[in-house]
Amino acid sequence: MKVRLRNPRRELDIAGPTRVDALLRDLGINRESVLVIKGDTLVTGDARLDDADEVEIRPVISGGAT
Amino acid sequence: MSERLRERPSNRPMRKCRRCRAPEVVIELRRHNASFCRDCFLHHCREQVSRTIEEMRMIAPGDRVLVAVSGGKDSLGLWDLLLGLGYDVDGLYIGLGIGDYSRESGEATRAFAAARSATLVEVDLPTDYGFDIPGAASATHRVPCSACGLSKRHLFNKAALDGGYDVVATGHNLDDEAAVLFGNVLRWDRDYLGRQRPVLPASPGFVRKVKPLVRLGEREMAAYCVLTGIDYIVEECPNAVGNKHLGYKEALNAIEEQSPGSKAAFYLGFLARASDLFADDTAAAASELRTCPSCGSPTTAEVCAFCKLVTRVTVT
Repeated sequence: MKVRLRNPRRELDIAGPTRVDALLRDLGINRESVLVIKGDTLVTGDARLDDADEVEIRPVISGGAT
Repeated sequence: MSERLRERPSNRPMRKCRRCRAPEVVIELRRHNASFCRDCFLHHCREQVSRTIEEMRMIAPGDRVLVAVSGGKDSLGLWDLLLGLGYDVDGLYIGLGIGDYSRESGEATRAFAAARSATLVEVDLPTDYGFDIPGAASATHRVPCSACGLSKRHLFNKAALDGGYDVVATGHNLDDEAAVLFGNVLRWDRDYLGRQRPVLPASPGFVRKVKPLVRLGEREMAAYCVLTGIDYIVEECPNAVGNKHLGYKEALNAIEEQSPGSKAAFYLGFLARASDLFADDTAAAASELRTCPSCGSPTTAEVCAFCKLVTRVTVT
């Protein structure tokens, strides 16, 4: 599957099938700090991802001056 | 079956939406031990904001609200939520002169306002005050976030007073407030702890300031924007990368992953059981206010910090 990441922007090819939680753990990403987007919607941690899928792992943390 | 597919125990039930029991869930909120379908998640966000505004008496009937927008998920999401809840709310965008980041965030904000026929007030630091944030950081030899925060706080208040608004709303969410509290507690900064409230009442020279998103995390706000199609700026401000605030958030998220609900317990527990302990320090500081001879804003110094910054940056 194609996995798009940000900060910095990059794209990875990862073999499926897998589940979202396992993918994040393999990439060393804290699930509290991202959303996983497939198409125009979100997927939960136990969602299955297959070879043909394209997903974006989008960081949600922002922070400058308050 | 792949090892990675076996990780869901066979005796664990499939997730269903907590509210409507539909099987098509789009998000799990471990803090609430709940999953939601799209419509019920959006309902959850509206309900949390509505409840916060009501319980904390943030906005009264008939109030004119000015929401400070940056083009990011929190501020655009807040504006959308307030419009949806029926409030009389306009947006305020401040151009900070931070290269492509400011250009793109301004475009996203204008597009959001135009799509909803909403009123957007704009202030541009380079055009209106003759400096930008990178220039201010360079002239003051301090981190950019320092001049940025100072300028925004001053200009939010000024724009609200000039426009006759009753209240300024900002998109600070639960994660923002928990991270600020974490930093304030690490230093035991009594002044900041006394001022860290989701509602700062109006006082002479200051409009009321409110933070209606304090019960929603930033993951919830990003999800709200994705699910409602709000085209927000995902890339972080280049000046914020590596700052202390982000480090505090990472530390709190590491705790949250092990113990869901920790951030909410930390911040909401502070509001319920500890913030009043620091109120006296705040009252003492307020009694020492005078008027800035340059702009008329209340200040504890001879000249307010923003006017001092403008003088320093535009003279050097």
